[in-house]
Amino acid sequence: MPQNIRFVEIAVAGGGPAGLCAALEAAAAGARVVLIDRNEKPGGQLVKQTHRFFGSRAHHASERGVNIAREIAGAAAAHPNIEVMSAATVFGFYEDGVLGVEQAGRIFYLKPSRVIVATGAAEKSLAFPNNDLPGIYGAGAVQTMVNVYGVLPCRRVLMVGAGNIGVIVSYQLLQAGVAVAAIVEAAPRIGAYWVHAAKVRRAGVPIYTGHTVKRAYGERELAGAIIWQLDENGQPVPGTEKDFAVDTICLSVGLSPLVELLAQAGCRLVYAPQLGGHVPVRNAELETSMPGVYVAGDAAGVEEASAAMVEGALAGLHAARGLGYVQPDFESRRAALQQQLHSLRSGPAGEKIRAGLAQVLAG
Amino acid sequence: MADQIIICRCEDVTKEEIQKLIADGAHTLDEIKRLTRCGMGPCQGRTCQPLIAREVAAATGQKMAEIKLPTFRPPVIPLKLGALAGGGEKDA
Repeated sequence: MPQNIRFVEIAVAGGGPAGLCAALEAAAAGARVVLIDRNEKPGGQLVKQTHRFFGSRAHHASERGVNIAREIAGAAAAHPNIEVMSAATVFGFYEDGVLGVEQAGRIFYLKPSRVIVATGAAEKSLAFPNNDLPGIYGAGAVQTMVNVYGVLPCRRVLMVGAGNIGVIVSYQLLQAGVAVAAIVEAAPRIGAYWVHAAKVRRAGVPIYTGHTVKRAYGERELAGAIIWQLDENGQPVPGTEKDFAVDTICLSVGLSPLVELLAQAGCRLVYAPQLGGHVPVRNAELETSMPGVYVAGDAAGVEEASAAMVEGALAGLHAARGLGYVQPDFESRRAALQQQLHSLRSGPAGEKIRAGLAQVLAG
Repeated sequence: MADQIIICRCEDVTKEEIQKLIADGAHTLDEIKRLTRCGMGPCQGRTCQPLIAREVAAATGQKMAEIKLPTFRPPVIPLKLGALAGGGEKDA
C-alpha cells in the first residue's frame, strides 16, 4: 500500500446533485473539499435531464436539469475551497478511513477527516426469458446515449415501468423521433407525476398498468416482446398476451442505492424498499452510524434530484461544522434547508419516502 | 436458441442455475456468489444482487429484509493490476 496518503479535510465521493451541493455548502462554511466524480464532467444524472424541474420553489423550479448541473458544477469548479477531480472513482473505503481513488489508470489514497458519500444509485434489472438479447437496456442508459451523446440506439421501443424515469424517457424518445409502442407497468397505477404521464398519453402512447413482460424474442437481437396481464395477486393471466414488434426494451423498474463504500466503512445498513433497498441508518444531520461518515442523495435512499441537493447541502453543512467551520448564519441556514426537505417530502407524493425514512432515521 | 432468463449478465448465470443452488442449500448471497461468481464481474453485483435476493426470498420464505447483503470488498470498480501495482504513466 501507499507511500503517499494525502490528508484532506472533507472528501465527497460522487459529483451528482447531492455531492456538488455538499461540496458547495461545506466550502461556503470555510472547509476545504475534494470532490471525486467518475465522469468527465460532474453533474451526475442531471446532465441528461432535458426536462424542466417543478415542485420545489427553493430549488431551481422550472429549470432544466442539464442547466442546473452546469450551474452547480461551474460554481464548484470556481470555488477556491473545492478541488474537483473528474474521471476519478473512489474504489475502496478502508478500515482506517483511507479512500482509494483511481484516476486515469493511476491509484492514490486520501485520508479525509470527514467523508460524504454521494454515490447515487444503479438501475435495477428484470428477470424474463431472453432478457440478455441485444436491444434490452436500462432506460437511464438509453437516456444517456440520446441526451448526452446524441446517439439514437433504437427505432421502436417498449418501455417497462411507468414511474417518472420510464415516462420521461419515453417522452424524450418521442422527441428524438423514436416510436414508443407502449409503456408497461406491473403496478396497478402509474407511478409518474401526472404532468409527465399525460404528455405521453396525449402523444398516443398506451400505458398498460397491471402488466409485465412475459418474454422477449429475437434471433441475434431483439425482435419483439410479449406482455401479459397480472391479477390482483401479481400472478400472470394466461390468454391476456399482447405482442409488440420492437427493436428495444427499456427497463425502468427502479433504482438501487449504491452503498458499497458505506458497507466497507462499517455503516449500519437497513433494508427499506421504499428507498430502493439497503440504505444507511443516519441522523437528521445525514451522519451515518460511523462518526464522520455522511451520506446524501440516492445513496441515502432513492428520491428526486431536488431532495438530493438539499440533503447534500445539509451533509456538507454538518461535516464542516464537525471540523469547526461554523458561520454566524449556521442555525438559520440549517433550519431553512430542513424546511425545504420537509416541504419536498410533504403531501401524498412524499408518503413512500416518509415511510422509508421512518425506518432509517436515528437520533 | 432456448429461452434463458439471465440473472447475472457479467458471469452468464441463469435463473434456473440460481434456483437449483438454492434448492441444494445455498441460502445466502455470499454462498451463491462463491459458487457462481454472481456479483464478482464488472458490475460487482449491482444488477444481479436484488434479483438473487428475490429468488432466495421466494424459495426460502424469508423476508427481503432478512437476507444479508454479500460482503463488498474493495475495489468496487474494475481496476487494472498494473494500476494497483503502482505502474507509471507510461504503463497505465
